[in-house]
Amino acid sequence: MRQNLKTVVSMHTRFKISFVLVVIIFSWVRVFAQHNHDHHENTHNDHAHEMSDGNSEHQESHGTCGSHDGHAAFDPASTAIHHISDANVYSLLDWIRIPLPTMLYAEDRGWDVFMSNVFEIGHHEDGHQSYNGYVMHEGSVYRVADKTFPQEGSVHLGGFTTESQLIDGKKRDVTYVCYEGNKFPCESRSTWDAGMLGGGVSSFYDFSISKNVLAMLIVSIFLMWIFIKAAKKYKENPHSAPSGTQGILETLFVFIRDEVAIPFIGKDKYMKYIPILMSVFFFILGLNLFGQVPFFGSTNVTGNLTVTMVLAILVALFVNFKGNKHYWQHVFWMPGVPVAVKPLLAVVEVMSLFIKPLTLMLRLAGNISAGHIAILSFIGLIFVFGNSGANLVGSSVGSLVSVPLTMFMMAIELIVAFVQAFVFTILTASYIGAATESHDDHH
Amino acid sequence: MTGTLAAIGAGLAVIGAGIGIGLIGGKAMEAIARQPEASGDIRSGMILMAAFVEGAALIAIILSIFF
Repeated sequence: MRQNLKTVVSMHTRFKISFVLVVIIFSWVRVFAQHNHDHHENTHNDHAHEMSDGNSEHQESHGTCGSHDGHAAFDPASTAIHHISDANVYSLLDWIRIPLPTMLYAEDRGWDVFMSNVFEIGHHEDGHQSYNGYVMHEGSVYRVADKTFPQEGSVHLGGFTTESQLIDGKKRDVTYVCYEGNKFPCESRSTWDAGMLGGGVSSFYDFSISKNVLAMLIVSIFLMWIFIKAAKKYKENPHSAPSGTQGILETLFVFIRDEVAIPFIGKDKYMKYIPILMSVFFFILGLNLFGQVPFFGSTNVTGNLTVTMVLAILVALFVNFKGNKHYWQHVFWMPGVPVAVKPLLAVVEVMSLFIKPLTLMLRLAGNISAGHIAILSFIGLIFVFGNSGANLVGSSVGSLVSVPLTMFMMAIELIVAFVQAFVFTILTASYIGAATESHDDHH
Repeated sequence: MTGTLAAIGAGLAVIGAGIGIGLIGGKAMEAIARQPEASGDIRSGMILMAAFVEGAALIAIILSIFF
């Protein structure tokens, strides 16, 4: 009893000490950020000097890089969006920047393959150099739309400004790059959706190994490694109790088999669908957890709509190709209902063929992105209370509020990482089960 | 102004989903209390239904972001 009490007390003190440590670290983050902002402002002043020296003949054709608004008020929304977006550089703590291979293709100039450190990436993942008409702003590659901008080699840039403009009756943010005192409009970020989702159309395609692609490669290789390791162990001594990674993997594997595969697909044919269910589950779980590791890039792969779209389309194709006669009969000519209702139900069923993968895609991306945004907003409280590093008392209070909230949110996110991987798998299994059900299974 | 209206729409969607998921969770707990031996089946059914409700809410939220 006494011993127990002692452990509890020591746990309590340990928790207190770690809490204080975390608060100190966060305060340091604030000081560090403040330092960066000061630095930032100085460089802006330098640029202002450069601008006044710059030649003035261009200034009529292009807008000038007018007075920069200094380090403006902290904008939590845009900061959060920047941090959950994909990037062409892997930043750890806004400090260590791992350049990534960038492969760009534009119809009018062909391929450009280079490492992203040619942009000389600085704070906020803004590039200080251009390269062959491309620039980097907040981690993404943009192409300068104005063709009077130097199209070959590198030039030194004077920062970026963003203005919202009315284009085709819609408000859009246009990024401008400053060069020799003039501002040049940039195209939108590279997109594959032809601008349908508000990104705008760009004249180049980005095939880079971006941050998300790198995270997917790391997680895939890691999963392959631990599964091959576990499989070897099973082969060597099949009768011994599982140990180490084997134990973790077996728990999850058996859970998915017994709770998802067998009840939804059926005892006699579930084995055929185990590979896709397990691949989906462990890939999503691995990426969810990889994005949760603090100070490790905080990649948001499963929160990226493109990634989840590909996963959902693969599942939908798999399900519909595996669908048997009864499945398609249930879609187009539902048995057991009056003939008048049948065409109506067919319309609904055909719609649901498309809605199923759509919700699969939105659910995963929405949940994971929402968690990341919540954590970033709580960390943003420090900067909101502290007036972006100007108010010491405010930011200390902000840290005290922000640390427990962030820790709470991260604990919730750990559960969400498992639940969303499980939900994706269980829905996949239920769709497969519905598509492959033989006629004598029910009724 | 559009931003405010979209936020109200997202909030309304979340109210609906909240009621739905609350009902599902409450009924599932009742069912487990009534028949503890069926808790495994009830739990997976509960998560599946909650996922469907959440899907409807997410569609509303995505629409409120884009329009």
